Amino acid sequence: MSVELTGAEITIRCLQEEGVDCIFGYPGGAVLFLYDELFKQDKVRHILVRHEQAAVHAADGYARSSNKVGVALVTSGPGVTNAVTGIATAYMDSIPLVIISGQVPTNAIGLDAFQEVDTVGITRPCVKHNFLVSDVSELATTIKKAFYIASTGRPGPVLVDIPKDVTQQKIAFAYPEKISMRSYNPVIKGNLKQIKKAVELILSAKRPVLYTGGGVILSDAAKLLIELAKILNFPCTNTLMGLGGFPATDKQFIGMLGMHGTYEANMAMQYCDVLIAIGARFDDRVIGNPKHFSNENRKIIHIDIDPSSISKRVKVDIPIVGNVPDVLRELIKFLKSTKEEPDQNALKEWWKQIDLWRERDCLKYDRQSSIIKPQMVVEKLYEVTKGDAFITSDVGQHQMWAAQFYKFDKPRRWINSGGLGTMGFGMPAAMGVQLANPKGKVACITGEASIQMCIQELSTCKQYKLPLKIINLNNRYMGMVRQWQEFFHGNRYAESYMDALPDFIKLAESYGHVGMRIEQPEDVESALKEAFKLKDQLVFLDFITDQTENVFPMVPGGKGLSEMILV
Amino acid sequence: MENEAGALSRVAGLFSARGYNIESLSVAPTEDPTLSRMTLVTTGSDEVIEQVTKQLNKLIEVVKVIDLIDGSHIERELMLVKVKATGSGRDEIKRLVDIFRGCIIDVTDKSYTIELTGTSSKLDAFLEALDSSAVLETVRTGASGIGRGDWVLKV
Repeated sequence: MSVELTGAEITIRCLQEEGVDCIFGYPGGAVLFLYDELFKQDKVRHILVRHEQAAVHAADGYARSSNKVGVALVTSGPGVTNAVTGIATAYMDSIPLVIISGQVPTNAIGLDAFQEVDTVGITRPCVKHNFLVSDVSELATTIKKAFYIASTGRPGPVLVDIPKDVTQQKIAFAYPEKISMRSYNPVIKGNLKQIKKAVELILSAKRPVLYTGGGVILSDAAKLLIELAKILNFPCTNTLMGLGGFPATDKQFIGMLGMHGTYEANMAMQYCDVLIAIGARFDDRVIGNPKHFSNENRKIIHIDIDPSSISKRVKVDIPIVGNVPDVLRELIKFLKSTKEEPDQNALKEWWKQIDLWRERDCLKYDRQSSIIKPQMVVEKLYEVTKGDAFITSDVGQHQMWAAQFYKFDKPRRWINSGGLGTMGFGMPAAMGVQLANPKGKVACITGEASIQMCIQELSTCKQYKLPLKIINLNNRYMGMVRQWQEFFHGNRYAESYMDALPDFIKLAESYGHVGMRIEQPEDVESALKEAFKLKDQLVFLDFITDQTENVFPMVPGGKGLSEMILV
Repeated sequence: MENEAGALSRVAGLFSARGYNIESLSVAPTEDPTLSRMTLVTTGSDEVIEQVTKQLNKLIEVVKVIDLIDGSHIERELMLVKVKATGSGRDEIKRLVDIFRGCIIDVTDKSYTIELTGTSSKLDAFLEALDSSAVLETVRTGASGIGRGDWVLKV
């Protein structure tokens, strides 16, 4: 006869069974029994954030940088509504999270109780799945299912809503070892016939491109991607979410593609004859206008675990549904066993063309400028950290410069909100990254607008001694908004100027951190070096940058990939 | 799909969130009480229907999706209509109901309530045949569909 446990005890035991070592949360009325159980044990560490949005972003950063499921714990009502932005962010980027939320007692549900909100209803469109646990007998199985669903197939956030009385009810505890669901069986292996067809098409390619996205990172397929690319000597471009999937310093890498992608990547994408899309989804920021994209004749192979990503925006010729590493392994096996190879002369010509596009030097900027150029800060950060840091970012110009100028050679090093584009993501995500990688160098590249959206987390960083380096590219504008207003709205800078900024140095210092203001280009490198020498301290580096700098190249909204605005 | 609270709203939410159109939807538990079967009528290009099918399959509680248009199938809808029925009109309506193989299931001195089953277009045709000023109230279930012959949806 096993001992009976309360729902609260069971919840924490389930987290322990899943090997969760760290969760992010904020207490409140509906979760008090859960917090009481957290208090009584020491296997699961709880990180107290200052706002629930940050709890989810931190769990997200933890998951992205470690390939473990991130866990957040929030209370009912406003606890949940505050968490929604974080949940939607993770959903758009397919990040495996389990969010545990408190709910009012079952007998109060539907009666407009204090701090009651229809959590399952509110979060439904932005989770992979969610559950309301109405009886303690379902609790352990539900949590097991949540971890299983979050981490398999195309990953995503799963929310488990637990009413307060369920955390008090008692039942014998047994954690299911395995779970099977008749309605959820993600495909793993790709169809061999399709893979063979893909091999034939690859061998016939004259102007091929490997276009890879976040799926390669999420499925830990980077090594296999490199192996495939090396066998074929094909050029490779990464999406914003896919950076680090292929080493940026490799000569076969042609840069990021898309709205702010490189000239060579976008041109190669537009004019290739065989496109091999791996764990990417042809979204609007990547291929621009799909009609313009389809004007050129090319054959497309699309490998993705999610069938609904295939032929959604662009019709593909050879779809392969499956887990990316499994499919790549099969592809590589076929390619190694065949004696054929793609037309090497054609490939040589193609590389010649790509090198011509590269000579356009599309990322050039004024390196002699007497005002700090934001690109230069990122380049120096790359040099000072020897390319070995974890970089998180917020959203806007600084995000694009980080993506363009920090050369990511490894996966899970570049952590940003690509799909939802959530300002305020960077610092809390960096907290999660730092906790998952205690020895890692973690920098958050941000701007003076984004950083203020979750600035309260400086307090969390102080409490847990998280030595983040905040790289604030301060141009006193919501830069990307300003850029669009300059290009498309007749220089009318409506509400995009950041007035009444705080003194970030004093602000950082008031939390017990170190603040530095850098105003001269020649001081950038030394400031960064000094900051990284302060190994145990959070350093807030406020770089006063050029207000008028724009991100180039740029594919304007609704335009085709080859219709870039170039500097 | 799983006969669980919230499964229906996931389907309905998916259609509104992605801008798909629901013409009708009917759902009830099956002989296996853990499962519900839903018949949903929608329209769209082949590409849209392909996406609808894929997106529905992605919902965790959806066990299986079939497009009945892919094979020969039967569909039926139930309609209840309350009509004014006085004087000579009473006979005429009775004849019309017979022609459409419906039945009058409730009678007062001023009205008939008619039950009619058939394809949605048959129900439309019946309503058109009625004098529109006579119709007091209609209620329709939306179509339910099933494959013809030995074609069986098994989970």
